[in-house]
Amino acid sequence: MLLDVGDVFKALVDPTRRLILDELTERDGQTLFEICARLTTKHGLGSSRQAISQHLDVLEAAGLVETRREGRYKFHHIDTAPLVPIVERWLRPERWGPA
Amino acid sequence: MGTGVRIHLTSVLVDDQEKALRFYTDVLGFVTKHDVPLGDARWLTVVSPQDPDGTELLLEPDGHPAVKPFKEALVADGIPFTSFAVDDVETEYERLRGLGVRFTQQPVDMGPVTTAVLDDTCGNLIQIATQAG
Repeated sequence: MLLDVGDVFKALVDPTRRLILDELTERDGQTLFEICARLTTKHGLGSSRQAISQHLDVLEAAGLVETRREGRYKFHHIDTAPLVPIVERWLRPERWGPA
Repeated sequence: MGTGVRIHLTSVLVDDQEKALRFYTDVLGFVTKHDVPLGDARWLTVVSPQDPDGTELLLEPDGHPAVKPFKEALVADGIPFTSFAVDDVETEYERLRGLGVRFTQQPVDMGPVTTAVLDDTCGNLIQIATQAG
């Protein structure tokens, strides 16, 4: 999978999409309902389900979220693989600070 | 002045009434209130054993052609059709999981309420909830 690193930055620029990734980091594999409920109740976000669904599409296009069908359910998973090239590009081990 | 209007009945649309009765009584813990033959179906309601004169839940056949795509769309997005109160979501989650119930959402602390979402085996997702405090 060859992804434009620009898509990754574009996906991460939006605070709601970063919150979605935060919540998927806390528990991977969530339905759209759970993601919406967490954003509403934990973060006070008033976004519609359609808006969250569109945010998930952007994250999926950037390779940061993967959708998995399990029978009749659909779960969303975080994939941090697209972040690795970003880290490797500028962040060198010798600059990580004292070990 | 109030009008006296109140909720005495609500319903879930189930794909099989007999299967639904088993799940809603044997697994979830409701008890049968009415079971009356009605054409080729039954007028089938259950209540909470703690509130036998309270709101009845009608296990209603989902035969109308519009229902199936509606239910499937809700289930795909993880959206529960309705919500039931329990004393403690975590305890109930463990108990139901032990009985083989499938959850699409494990218990989550949502601040004023803790919720989990389960599959009723009749084509619906159901939320269980406990209010904090």
